[in-house]
Amino acid sequence: MKIAVLSGKGGAGKTFVAVNLACSAGKAVYVDCDVEEPNGRLFLKPQDITESPVFVSLPEFDAEKCSGCRKCVDFCRFGALIYVKNRPMLFSELCHACGGCALVCPEAAVSEGRRQIGHVEKGRHGALDVVTGVLNPGEASGVPVIKAALSLGEAAGGTQILDCPPGSACSVMESISGADFCLLVAEPTAFGFHNFKMVYELASLLGKPCGVVINKQEASYPPLERFCREAGLPVLLRIPYIPALARLCGDGEPACEKSGEYAAMFRALLEKIGGRGE
Amino acid sequence: MKIAIPLDEDKISVCPSFGRAPFFFFQDSEKGTGEIRENPAAESQGGAGTKAAQFLLDERTEALITVRCGQNAADVFRAAGVLIFKAEGAGAEENLAALREGRLEKLNHFHAGFHGVR
Repeated sequence: MKIAVLSGKGGAGKTFVAVNLACSAGKAVYVDCDVEEPNGRLFLKPQDITESPVFVSLPEFDAEKCSGCRKCVDFCRFGALIYVKNRPMLFSELCHACGGCALVCPEAAVSEGRRQIGHVEKGRHGALDVVTGVLNPGEASGVPVIKAALSLGEAAGGTQILDCPPGSACSVMESISGADFCLLVAEPTAFGFHNFKMVYELASLLGKPCGVVINKQEASYPPLERFCREAGLPVLLRIPYIPALARLCGDGEPACEKSGEYAAMFRALLEKIGGRGE
Repeated sequence: MKIAIPLDEDKISVCPSFGRAPFFFFQDSEKGTGEIRENPAAESQGGAGTKAAQFLLDERTEALITVRCGQNAADVFRAAGVLIFKAEGAGAEENLAALREGRLEKLNHFHAGFHGVR
């Protein structure tokens, strides 16, 4: 079973929930899809790490064969190819690696090169496999790294906990596309609620069963409660705002490994999801 | 010399954005003619700077007067030998006059791109 943990707003507690859920799942895989800032490894401190690079394809132009016909430039809708002095000029960070320029070239002057945009790491934390996608700083799209991380998680098998990026854009859609269940972590604030609705809309558009974790709850936030009630969204867990818990997080410790109370809390959450998802 | 200036919706003022300016004003300083053209890159999802630069090259532009310009577009202009001058003041006409009188400086600071943030 694949459980995606997501929240519209950053800092709502995705990694906290995902890490603890994964640690409670026994033999399982934790996949960090938040490739711009993968923080799960700070808690899980994976051992025996193996690393593999992630590439995207990038066109290479043979200046001898190029006739300057401009077909490749006119085809590129991303502005990555510009026609200067009768030759194509490439802007690699604008390239979406669609391969179209090679297809339309009548002279076969375009071949497929590649460029590294990040890497994936696989290590172990006890019985848990830990997969981390890491995007190089400055890269525009993390989707290829997310795909690589997901397929590494798939290969490991068993229960997979997917720690998603914040927001509700392409990278989130990619992360949850294969998930069996979406766990939405919400903060009981106006901002948290606003972004929570956005991810809920995305998850329901993809037909994913959803459940809610309300994190850092000092008092209940009535608009969020009403929304969940009316949408028939089960609130599976409420985590109060506890200074001791915040301190454990600050120290980079998985809470469920430090306290029997938190371990029981996350085991119960996993059982509730398992019952719903299968 | 053919000179281009990004124009705002009012078609008079210099648009502070280069790639997403709604219009460009082109002036042929030898012939003394001018025309306003829509910027085909204004609404593009990405790569507006390079696409607008391509439009200017295709229009045989030799000099650009602009408030700012991204690094990618600047690279295109450098490769093509197009001069870039820094706009001074609000109106397109006054900038053309200033360029004629040699009062405009070369633009030598290029930003990394706003990527959708205006």
